[in-house]
Amino acid sequence: MIALVANPTRAVYAALIATLAVGWALVAFDGGTFTLNDLVGIQQRSAALGIVAVGQTLAILAGSLDLSVAYLISLVSLVAAETMAGQSSNILTAVIVALGVSALVGLVNGVVITKLKVHAFIATLGVALVIRGVLDHLYDGPAGRVPVDFQQLGYARIGPIPVAAILWAAVAFGVWFLLRRTRFGHRVYAVGGDVEVARLSGVRTDRVVIAAHVLCSLCAGVAGLLLASRLGAGAPTVGTDGGYDLESIAAVVLGGTALAGGRGGVAGTVGGVLLLAVLDSVFNQLEVNSFFKDVVRGVVIVVAVAVYARRTGRRAS
Amino acid sequence: MEDTNQKPAESAQVILRMTGIGKSFLGIRVLRGIDLSATAGEVHAVVGENGAGKSTLMKILAGVHQPDEGTVEIGGQTRSFAHPVEAQRAGVAIIYQEFNLLPERSVADNVFLGREPTRRGLVDRAAMDEATSRLLDELDEHSFGPRHLVKDLSVAQQQVVEIVKALSVDARIVVMDEPTAALAEHEVELLYRLIRRLQGRGIAVLYISHRLREVFDLADRVTVLKDGAHVATVPAADVTTGELVKMMVGRELDAYFPPRAEESAVGEVLLTVRNGGNGKLDGIDLDLRAGEIVGVAGLQGSGRSSLVKAIFGAEPFTRGEMTPARPGNVRAGVAAGIGLVTEDRKAEGLALNQSVRDNALLVARAIGHRSRATVSDLLQRVKLAPPRQETEVKYLSGGNQQKVVLAKWLTVSPKVLLFDEPTRGVDVGAKAAIHDLMRELADSGTAILMISSELPELIGMSDRIVVLRDGRVAGQLPGGSTEESVMALAAADGAAA
Repeated sequence: MIALVANPTRAVYAALIATLAVGWALVAFDGGTFTLNDLVGIQQRSAALGIVAVGQTLAILAGSLDLSVAYLISLVSLVAAETMAGQSSNILTAVIVALGVSALVGLVNGVVITKLKVHAFIATLGVALVIRGVLDHLYDGPAGRVPVDFQQLGYARIGPIPVAAILWAAVAFGVWFLLRRTRFGHRVYAVGGDVEVARLSGVRTDRVVIAAHVLCSLCAGVAGLLLASRLGAGAPTVGTDGGYDLESIAAVVLGGTALAGGRGGVAGTVGGVLLLAVLDSVFNQLEVNSFFKDVVRGVVIVVAVAVYARRTGRRAS
Repeated sequence: MEDTNQKPAESAQVILRMTGIGKSFLGIRVLRGIDLSATAGEVHAVVGENGAGKSTLMKILAGVHQPDEGTVEIGGQTRSFAHPVEAQRAGVAIIYQEFNLLPERSVADNVFLGREPTRRGLVDRAAMDEATSRLLDELDEHSFGPRHLVKDLSVAQQQVVEIVKALSVDARIVVMDEPTAALAEHEVELLYRLIRRLQGRGIAVLYISHRLREVFDLADRVTVLKDGAHVATVPAADVTTGELVKMMVGRELDAYFPPRAEESAVGEVLLTVRNGGNGKLDGIDLDLRAGEIVGVAGLQGSGRSSLVKAIFGAEPFTRGEMTPARPGNVRAGVAAGIGLVTEDRKAEGLALNQSVRDNALLVARAIGHRSRATVSDLLQRVKLAPPRQETEVKYLSGGNQQKVVLAKWLTVSPKVLLFDEPTRGVDVGAKAAIHDLMRELADSGTAILMISSELPELIGMSDRIVVLRDGRVAGQLPGGSTEESVMALAAADGAAA
């Protein structure tokens, strides 16, 4: 048990397995069943949050954070759906445009943080408000149309596994690989751990932060595409309704990544997202009051971080 | 410059030559006309009071700052560095006082930070580990390996990581800024050995220290800076401590320490501990009297800091008797008239972003004490110059910061004042001022307990020395005892220290 708590990544997976087991027992006791289908459903629901959270992990590890992802998701869903306009032949263009917009937003976030030296909280909040203004001005409801071909992304399965889950796994693996095996990854940890140390070691710290933000926004863009394919259209509230900004940060922190940066990783984030999703599914099966659901989620996140803090405190003394 | 006609310096290869370096910040001239050279295998000490310009000069060498005038030549080539990494590539490595290491990353990750070797585009961890292991072996360091996390290492081990980092970039010039500040006495010996190894490899070591004894132990030549100007460069063998101090401060400081207390001046017992103990201490007996300065000696890990924290209530005693009553927390300690000047003034002693005034009133406000003395009286008492109350503390020199910490405690007139390394990182002039203040406080009836890793300071200041070993009192010595007798007690029974 102590060994489990000593490592946040292991702790979150232990909690995940425990929650699955307890949830399964509770649901069975309640007279229901928790089937493979439910597990697949969990994957389906958590894919969008998972992709955003993986991107958020990059930003947080680099000592930053991104509050603009929710509005960016809405914006991307609209840009993609309008560009596609129901035509399969427009899919490639739409994806490129959508990801281009995402990258641009990430670039703005990164440049404002590093060059104008605005704290990430304010910088990305500002960008979020700008996007909201644009959305409010241009749209008052769903717009654009996604062709059936593209809707496969949201609903198709390969065997029992949803394509969305595969996409999430691919994004997570890609970012994991980036962090573990490339120079860029090492530098993300260095910048998040201590900007000055990184700078004096010859790391171009601004570039690292900007790149982390571009990648974070690209992940949000992919999530926006995924949600557009599910909805069959773009929607100005799809991002904020999902609460992807704060929820992705919560998942990252639940996964053991330090909010101050420099410690943690993608594996923990994936565990954090799954844990939140499993809790959700269990509560749905048990038909628990949704207010109570939120209370439990809140408590889980706070307790998890308190446990990690205890561990770090002990190590330090 | 007075590049004295020292034989080895002449015959050896000159690796570094800085000529006529000048630098201003916001119109204030901090360096002018500085010359400094170093040859292969030389240890060249750079000394001077805080504010003399040593750090700025080293930061110019490291590419952190760019000089307004003058040239830097490395290996005969004129270089100008726009970024620290350019200096690093030219063979300059700096080991700062506060290490530039990432605690959450491994030793190898830290050594190769910013220049990770790659194979087919990916970071080659095996190569990093292997190269790090090899360098650790060369330094005879077997207590940790490349995959250990830096946060799990001791300060001395972290310093070795910094040195390995310097070696791995093939540094030809290694700058060490106060390398012994955070080391215990026995670790200093190990550092000396490391420095001699660097020398043996033909590396020029620039050694910055306030501790003149180390300068004489290690340095071939000494360069003295004062107020941003070059005073002299002399072979270490040709000067005495007194002469060096005179060059640094422009005056003789032969009365290094204020006179000890007269027997008759030592008054009533203000604090007693009987059989005190906690997780780190055991069987502590101690009396502190009004008017007396008691020194605490001991090796790193002997429980010196734990002792003052226990008395103060920060890490309370869990066993034994104490008068006044054993404080269970800091608030109780302060209320009982006990003050602690902590070892790490930046992290524990001051709110760096706040003004001198706010810091001076920190304790008084915390316990709701109405001080009769005004802040300006206090600042005058601690001789803070200039006594600007609105300056943010982070802009003050180490010595002035320490005076503000003292002022903070004087607001509540503590009966017992505990000092943990009161002059660490403080220049010679301010050091003397702090020593005088401590003696004045004792003379006015305060009981003082003082920890110092610098034995000459401890012996010079203390009326009585308590030696700790493994969390217990190993013995007591009168003031003016020899360093040998203190070390013999501190290390196990007479074993060589």
